[in-house]
Amino acid sequence: MPYGPHGADDRARMLETIGVDSVDRLFDDIPEALRAGPLRLDPPEPELELSARLTGLAARNRTDLASFLGAGAYRHWTPAAVDQMLIRGEWYTAYTPYQPEISQGTLQSIYEYQSLLAELTAMDVVSASHYDGGAATAEAALMTCRATGRGRILVSRGVHPHYRQTLQTYADGAGLLVDDVPLSAEGTTDLAALEAMLADGTPVAGVLAANPNLLGLLEDLPRVGGLAHRAGALFVHVIEPVSLAVLATPGETGADIACGEGQPLGIPLQYGGPYLGIVACKEPLVRQIPGRLVGLTRDVDGKRAFVMTMRAREQDIRRERAASNICTNQALLALAAAIYLAAIGPHGLRDVAALGAQRASELELALAAAGAPRLHAGPYLNEFAVRVPSARAVHARLLDRGVLAGIPLADLVPDDPSLADGLLVCATEVTTPAEIAAFADALRAELAGGVA
Amino acid sequence: MSVVGEKLQPTIFELSRPGRGGGKIPHPAPGALDRVPASARRATPAALPELAESEVVRHFVNLSALNYSVDAGFYPLGSCTMKYNPKLNEWAARLPGFAGLHPLAPAAAAQGTLQMLWELEAMLAEVSGMAAVTLQPAAGAQGELTGILMVRAYHRSRGDLERTEVLVPDSSHGTNPATASMAGFKTVTIPSAPDGGVDVEAFRAALGPRTAAIMITNPSTLGLFEARVGELLQATHAAGALAYMDGANLNAILGRFRPGEAGFDVMHFNVHKTFSTPHGGGGPGAGPVGVREVLVPFLPSPRVVREADGSFRLERDGERPTSIGRVRSFFGSTGVLVRAYAYLRAHGTALREVSDDAVLAANYMKARLAGTYHVPFERACKHEFVASASEIKHRTGVRTLDIAKRLIDKGYHPPTIYFPLTVEEGMLIEPTETESLETIDRFVDALIEIAREAETDPEIVTSAPHDAPVRRLDEATAARQPNLRWRGMTGAERPCGN
Repeated sequence: MPYGPHGADDRARMLETIGVDSVDRLFDDIPEALRAGPLRLDPPEPELELSARLTGLAARNRTDLASFLGAGAYRHWTPAAVDQMLIRGEWYTAYTPYQPEISQGTLQSIYEYQSLLAELTAMDVVSASHYDGGAATAEAALMTCRATGRGRILVSRGVHPHYRQTLQTYADGAGLLVDDVPLSAEGTTDLAALEAMLADGTPVAGVLAANPNLLGLLEDLPRVGGLAHRAGALFVHVIEPVSLAVLATPGETGADIACGEGQPLGIPLQYGGPYLGIVACKEPLVRQIPGRLVGLTRDVDGKRAFVMTMRAREQDIRRERAASNICTNQALLALAAAIYLAAIGPHGLRDVAALGAQRASELELALAAAGAPRLHAGPYLNEFAVRVPSARAVHARLLDRGVLAGIPLADLVPDDPSLADGLLVCATEVTTPAEIAAFADALRAELAGGVA
Repeated sequence: MSVVGEKLQPTIFELSRPGRGGGKIPHPAPGALDRVPASARRATPAALPELAESEVVRHFVNLSALNYSVDAGFYPLGSCTMKYNPKLNEWAARLPGFAGLHPLAPAAAAQGTLQMLWELEAMLAEVSGMAAVTLQPAAGAQGELTGILMVRAYHRSRGDLERTEVLVPDSSHGTNPATASMAGFKTVTIPSAPDGGVDVEAFRAALGPRTAAIMITNPSTLGLFEARVGELLQATHAAGALAYMDGANLNAILGRFRPGEAGFDVMHFNVHKTFSTPHGGGGPGAGPVGVREVLVPFLPSPRVVREADGSFRLERDGERPTSIGRVRSFFGSTGVLVRAYAYLRAHGTALREVSDDAVLAANYMKARLAGTYHVPFERACKHEFVASASEIKHRTGVRTLDIAKRLIDKGYHPPTIYFPLTVEEGMLIEPTETESLETIDRFVDALIEIAREAETDPEIVTSAPHDAPVRRLDEATAARQPNLRWRGMTGAERPCGN
């Protein structure tokens, strides 16, 4: 066995102490009829060969493309220091800090994560992390139901469709009603429709809207929040954390709860996870927030120390009455986000957001000149939709030219025909002028029907 | 000397000095944000700390030194399977082809990862005897939710709407009843039999037309194989219910018992336990779920699909309408799954030896401790066992909590304590297969020595730990007056001694 230390003599000594003649005796309690036959797996693979297999698989992925793909997961520069810290075994081979005396590293890092995200979101309380943006959004919505005692959730179609689908799965389980609030022709949440939905029938627990929204557009969230509050509902602001360096925070938009995807804070794309679910709330909701929380306290000698706290909300104590079944959190990813924020600093984070916006402006101009104008007129930060006839086919052909041209909206939101000709594209600080030029040139060639 | 570092650290906020840091990102052109309306902008800049990179690194290195970890020592935390985390797996997950792949990348650009995921599904199906596996769930608890939602969808698809209850033994993980609640079911808790096993008669009495599923951990949270599992599964199916297996303890039975083959309908894997993906200080995990044929239509979307030409893709939205839907934003925790894949490939047919050695080590420790600690269940354990300090407590007043804290002074992470709740003053001890006999012996010696100290010098045990960066904490005040974030970057409160 590749990672086990025992030799035949060790095993013999253990068997002798136990007083049995073979390890098989230790499995006698498995009824004979239920015992497994030999596993039909390959033989163990030595590290040398396994490393070659893994290298080969990784090489079959194409990460060399000029990529304009965002839609909920974003390419960013992560300072080299972040991974150099994460690869320390003291972090990644520890577990949940059940014994605070020998877990102060993890505990303080989570406290710092909670504090950093509280500053970034301008909210009072941040949970120690959730699985990802979709699960965080679902948990935030369930939280509004627990807090208000109501069972209906309104979610803007400007919220990522995968988050809405995840929410739907969770809500089905909990027996809650979820209604989608449509987008207006401008691509932002239809406020008149929202107002009408809030007024009709079943009382609403929470209203969810995102900024920037799915289409990259900036929403008038204070108005969304105002409408929600007037109807006695809570308002959930779905965030993108890097944008909060420059955009209005949940604290400023009047949100009761904020949630979103923390991947842009120094976490690799890695085909969808592990990511970092952010859930934050205002003080009065603190006992409703699901997941772990770390608090500051003192030890018997008066030394400052950190500890998991308010545990009475959690599944291992409350069992069927817990706020959520969540057990594992994403501590290592929360740590990554904390190190990222510390390493990049407040000015650096603002530069990340602003340089992304600048590259996006350049991309907008280049694509418009190539024949793909924006689909909507409203303000955006670094992601937007452009109109391209036969978007899906063009997207596929651009891939052959080495350009990952965002994502066809027909794939992302197939139930909205008004977006069928759209490509959702984004730029970040890592997008280069050369990539933008390559995209525009390839697109121009495609739209001209020519061969470049 | 403390088993971990002793230098407490100021918070990152206290280390901040205006003007430090920078040099990571080119400055954008002035006016880069001009097209963002003033009303949409943040009014007050975020008060994030400013540090030079050298200070950031020193802060996090010094913080890390305050942690106990598997890389540094024995971590016999029962129910958590703190086995060694192979370094090849860390290297593999960081290969740019894996780490840099966008979750919405077209299939043509993602063939390597999709093939890896396809093969991993097949290997997990083989290990578990299940018909199919989803890799989507982000953790064991989310796997449970996924599994129980599939159970619900199954009953509904048959027009059977009366099944509102999930039966759970009292020794189960808290996630089981919490999951049942999240999925809209009522939890019915069944007391354990005196021998620590599930009480099959009590289950039989509770099973009926209202039962949607039973949830069983096997081996149980006491580290015991449920010898009557066959009867229990038959009774469950006879009542029209489905059987869920919590796979938290799979490390005990690899190659010995295949839950799907035995009749369980659905189970989750904790890859951070059985398949050595790192625990990460509390996460990330990953919680793939295996199902038998009857539940395949309900698996969450998207699944990995293999085309006739041998290429792979993900299902499109709505392609399989019977699915319970999406349980997370994107496909799965692929960065965790690639580590599990490497582990499974490294072991292959040798997986059975993993369980053999894990079970051997646990029984050895149990035999060595039996004269000193009460071992409530004498039959062979699986990969973990419960020892109890109840007799020591009655004689000396020293509790399991004290013994756990004293283990820190002796250089070890304590076992899981007070779980399962069904054993008085219980310690759940899990050595795993990757600890040498010398390490195991030294740990057992330490536990025996502490039992002696409890008799001769109980004070030294009840006031432990003595050699740790901090000692016992005021958890009551922390919960009553929660301080959950650093407020402001001035008025700094510093740790004592700094």
